[in-house]
Amino acid sequence: MNSKEILYNYCLRLGDDALILGQRLSELCSKGPILEEDLAQTNIALDMIGRAQALFNYASEINGGKNTADDIAYRRPEFQYRNHLLVEQPNEDFAHVIARQLYISAFEVLFYGSLENSKDSILASIASKTIKEIKYHLQHASDWTVRLGDGTPESTFKMQRAINNLWMYTGELFEMDSIDDQLLKSGIGVDKSPLIEKWRKQIQATLSEATLTMPEEMFMQSGGKQGVHTEHMGHLLSEMQYLQRAYPDAKW
Amino acid sequence: MENLQDNQFDVWEVFIQSKPGLPHIHAGNVHATDKKMAVQNARDTYTRRGEGTSIWVVPSLNVTASDPDENEMLFDPSNDKMYRHPTFYILPEGAKNI
Repeated sequence: MNSKEILYNYCLRLGDDALILGQRLSELCSKGPILEEDLAQTNIALDMIGRAQALFNYASEINGGKNTADDIAYRRPEFQYRNHLLVEQPNEDFAHVIARQLYISAFEVLFYGSLENSKDSILASIASKTIKEIKYHLQHASDWTVRLGDGTPESTFKMQRAINNLWMYTGELFEMDSIDDQLLKSGIGVDKSPLIEKWRKQIQATLSEATLTMPEEMFMQSGGKQGVHTEHMGHLLSEMQYLQRAYPDAKW
Repeated sequence: MENLQDNQFDVWEVFIQSKPGLPHIHAGNVHATDKKMAVQNARDTYTRRGEGTSIWVVPSLNVTASDPDENEMLFDPSNDKMYRHPTFYILPEGAKNI
């Protein structure tokens, strides 16, 4: 891969995390436990889709306009998506929605906080814009984790179950591969290895406050960044891509 | 109805300030279990399109309202006091927002 292709792929990875989580959260529209929480979740979904749009526009530019941001979002087969496995996990119940958001937002606060210093000025400016949104996502998810974890026996049970079920998808967030290494060398990408300790501390603090237990060490799932996804991804894409597949270039 | 209220949490009144220096104006209300959640829900419900620079929330239970049965006594006497309106001044040219 030349340096352009590497940067293009980096944008897809970041954009896909935002796009796929945005799609997952959009599924909650009209299904929130109360009206206000419905709005909160779909607000976060829109933040995610906005971030994906910015990153895909940049990817399209890097690619010389060969494919538009919409092409990138809606017209790739499953194995070309580069998101982490965590964000494609289904909503299951409200506790899973919150646990997923807690894990990813705690990571993104650190990641985009670091990307703000990128030598690539466009990535740096996308990071500066998005970090404000992420801080709110983290606060929202942390507050709910504490509320549910330190709530009734049923809410404690469900929150702990979600925290445990999604734990195996968190290791992948900190993996470095050749694309990460090369962009780190050129001062564009983020060094994720030092982030894991800070992330664990943050999660530990929230879980203690929520009277929940940190999951034990276990085998960590991986593969999203290489395009190897869990069985949930195909279903998500078939819904997300339906319109562009059935009516290519549809306008309204 | 009682049951529904239990499910939906307490009601909080929301006041939004659109620009620094302007008053906080009543925007509506939200449901929330605590003040932190009330501020977040107010933010998500009422400031999504850039309406606000500051939010106040107050438990609806803590709002004291005037009694509608006393409306005549409270508000009618001001109806015929035109001299209380500052409409008799000639504004200098260029003066705005008076």
